[in-house]
Amino acid sequence: MLIVPTVLILYTLVFIVLRILPGDPVLAVLGTKNIPPEQLEQIRHNLGLDKPYIVQYFEYLWNVLHGDFGTSMVISGRSITADLLERLPATVELAIAGLIVSLAIGITTGFIAATKRDTKLDLGLRVFGSVTYTLFIPWLGLMFQLIFAVWLRWLPASGRIDPDVGLETVTGFYILDSIITGNMEAFRSALSHMILPALTLGLVLSGPYTRLVRTNLVKALESNYVLAYHARGVRGSRILLHAFRNALIPVVTYAGLQFALLLGGAVLTETTFDWPGIGTYLVEKVSYRDYPAIQAVVIVFAFFVGVISLIVDLIYALLDPRIRY
Amino acid sequence: MSKPILIVEDLTVYYYTLKGIVRAVEEASLKAYSSDLVALVGESGSGKSTLGYALLNLVPPPGRIVKGRVIVNGVDVLSLRGDELRKARGSLISMVFQDPFTTLDPVRRVGDQILEVLLEHGVPLEEARERVVEVIRAVGLPERMARAYPHQLSGGQRQRISIAAAIALKPRVLVADEPTTALDVIVQKQIMDLLDDVRKTTGMAIILITHDIALAAERATKIAVMYAGKIVEYGPKDKVIGDPLHPYTKALLKSVPDIESREWPRPIPGTPPDLRKPPSGCRFHPRCPLAMDICKRKSPNIVEVEPHHYVSCWLYEGGEASG
Amino acid sequence: MVEILSKALTRILSTIIPSRVSGRGRALVYAGLAIVLAIVFMAIAAPLLTPYDPTRRAGRSFQPPSWEHPFGTNNLGYDMWARTVYGARTVLIVVFLSIVLSMAMGVPLGLFSGYYGGRIDRALSMLMDAIYAFPSLVLAISLAVALGPSLFNAAIAIAVVYVPTYFRMVRGQVLSIKEELFVEVARALGIPTSRIIFRHILPHLIPTIMVVFSLSAADAVLTEAALSYLGLSVQPPTPDWGYDLYKGKGFVLSGYWWLIFFPGLMITLLATGFALIGEGLSEQIRRERL
Repeated sequence: MLIVPTVLILYTLVFIVLRILPGDPVLAVLGTKNIPPEQLEQIRHNLGLDKPYIVQYFEYLWNVLHGDFGTSMVISGRSITADLLERLPATVELAIAGLIVSLAIGITTGFIAATKRDTKLDLGLRVFGSVTYTLFIPWLGLMFQLIFAVWLRWLPASGRIDPDVGLETVTGFYILDSIITGNMEAFRSALSHMILPALTLGLVLSGPYTRLVRTNLVKALESNYVLAYHARGVRGSRILLHAFRNALIPVVTYAGLQFALLLGGAVLTETTFDWPGIGTYLVEKVSYRDYPAIQAVVIVFAFFVGVISLIVDLIYALLDPRIRY
Repeated sequence: MSKPILIVEDLTVYYYTLKGIVRAVEEASLKAYSSDLVALVGESGSGKSTLGYALLNLVPPPGRIVKGRVIVNGVDVLSLRGDELRKARGSLISMVFQDPFTTLDPVRRVGDQILEVLLEHGVPLEEARERVVEVIRAVGLPERMARAYPHQLSGGQRQRISIAAAIALKPRVLVADEPTTALDVIVQKQIMDLLDDVRKTTGMAIILITHDIALAAERATKIAVMYAGKIVEYGPKDKVIGDPLHPYTKALLKSVPDIESREWPRPIPGTPPDLRKPPSGCRFHPRCPLAMDICKRKSPNIVEVEPHHYVSCWLYEGGEASG
Repeated sequence: MVEILSKALTRILSTIIPSRVSGRGRALVYAGLAIVLAIVFMAIAAPLLTPYDPTRRAGRSFQPPSWEHPFGTNNLGYDMWARTVYGARTVLIVVFLSIVLSMAMGVPLGLFSGYYGGRIDRALSMLMDAIYAFPSLVLAISLAVALGPSLFNAAIAIAVVYVPTYFRMVRGQVLSIKEELFVEVARALGIPTSRIIFRHILPHLIPTIMVVFSLSAADAVLTEAALSYLGLSVQPPTPDWGYDLYKGKGFVLSGYWWLIFFPGLMITLLATGFALIGEGLSEQIRRERL
């Protein structure tokens, strides 16, 4: 149960970095304008920034645990929590889509590389995996936009959905909502907007999976139990399936470890495609130096990382009976 | 003692490696009958495991069966292809491996792995399920063990499961590659008792690959002695142990500690040859105390010195001991 | 001690200098080195490679690539090739600075934590693991925001993000080397601990540190580019590839592809170059271990 200390450590770090380090945030943002010091003091008081750090530390923690992330410093009175909730589905949708794409690409290429090992195809796929990993996400995204949206006009360049389709939001996940409300036009629009961002994010993150799947599949195929399967007269296709199942276990673990990268990549993807998620929210707030908001986002990220690692542990236990019993 | 259940004729297996062609098995021949336990005895590198794999056409690349026939119950396994070969494995001839800790799929229940063998050979589900229970009991394990995962079982239990999976379809021949080497002596006895029991009740023949001559002497009905890829002597256990013909066999028997003998065991001088460049003529001649001129030039033929007792040595060329 | 150092050095050099050791690791290192050195050359020889000043108007705005302007011009008429070669300086300075800082913090911490163990080690490890688990980009962003956008602060932000990488790598190796006989011998002979650590253990870590160095350099390039893409690194008009890419984004729909293609390509190339070196080195080490 290492998430609790991990998240706490991160919370503390974030607090130090974003509350203590920048000095007086009020001054930083509003100091240039000619606001009388008493009014600055008043603002500071309203935001609770004049209390000793220790008090702030625990108060904020308490609030966060109750889902209250405070209010924005720049747009006074605006609830950060409300903002986050509004933006969250977009990011989650993108992250899931990106993950699916990266797994799809990674697993298929790894599979092919394993079954055709030591051929040129195998080497080519592995090189492809290495190269894609060092691509700069905004560059890939913008190139995709240039090619597919501007030159070929096949797909939209940015945004999440075409506003004209009039989608009723139920869950906030546009693709789901359009299915729920039976709005096929919205579905197509949401899907077409999703393709380029998901492809960008997924492609860049797929590389490690190729190598991982290949190595583990080869290991499984060369193992003694596969030999035993052959000796018992089991069909080749079934043996491949069993080997695959064994090979998948490290992939799941890796997917969990890679989640942090997925989040980071999502931030870049969002800004590149003007995808209205938490990533773009973060970047906006950064440009405004809206520290409370930035702090909130970072904490949310930390929390996500913790939760995902827990989920990965559970899935891993499900797949590998050696852990369960 | 009718027709042999297994006939191996001139089986030759080479490994085509980057460093040369390893002549792992050279023209091996033997016959086994129903309920036989043929112990294939030899040092490491003698080719016995390769021969075992070859019986199921399971020699891994870069190995290849260059020539020979393996006839089980009238069917030449080596002539089968594709799905026919696959179906023959497990139902006609089957195999149990040395290391019980790595020969079962770690993520599946053992019962499912046995069940799969049956289903993959076309046995209907209900019948298959019953057979799984039957065969698990037959190997001396409780029925509920079918739901266990391999890591929950001991080495001996896992080996029993492997045996269960191997005999589920009642094959005529079972190849056991050092099945007890990784287990302790007590478990070894249990496993060997189990195998004895199965072969006597079902008429299945067992090819037991082992480096342990004592085990062979104890359990086998027939013994085949292998050296450097060739079967140098083959015959009923009592004959091979009691009246060994080949110099290698004699040396091998003398090299084993004997609690009743007053002599120290004597190791065989020299080392096994590199099978990429095997010695000319008889492969044992560099280490043979009785080597003659012809031994260096020509490889000896197989001679039946007495009924069912074969040897491949120039000392016996005339059909009886000479020189 | 001299022998250990020279042995480690030989190992690294053997990857670069042809020897009987395998080709693949070497080829990768060569390829990567070629790219990185080409870019370093670009940075150093910038004034020789272009007559233009990257922060002044050099021609009409939005010119596509031509003989005059091989990489075209941007919205302010700056020559993009000039911005590319001078931009190399910015990127390389930030990356090297951050790596040096990172190593200076991570390696000693890893050494001492691994060697001494105990509660401090446990606490440090937990801290480092927490940082390591967190999205590096978000962490870098937070630091850059808190410190204020500038070249130096960007370097610090990136440095902090990679400290755990060095820490973990070094600590892991120290833990295994610590158990080796020669360490026990050294201790038994009464050699002071700091000497043991620096003169006996550290030299063995050099190959690993080199691998981590190259791989984190690759990552650092991408992180720096991301920070400047988000406006958190150097400020205009200082030439920087990430910033140029960001500016180029605004003109995608107008089809001014050269504003996007070249800056992004350079970033990717530099990152790939470092990655190749890192992979080549680790391949080499792997083969030697066999």
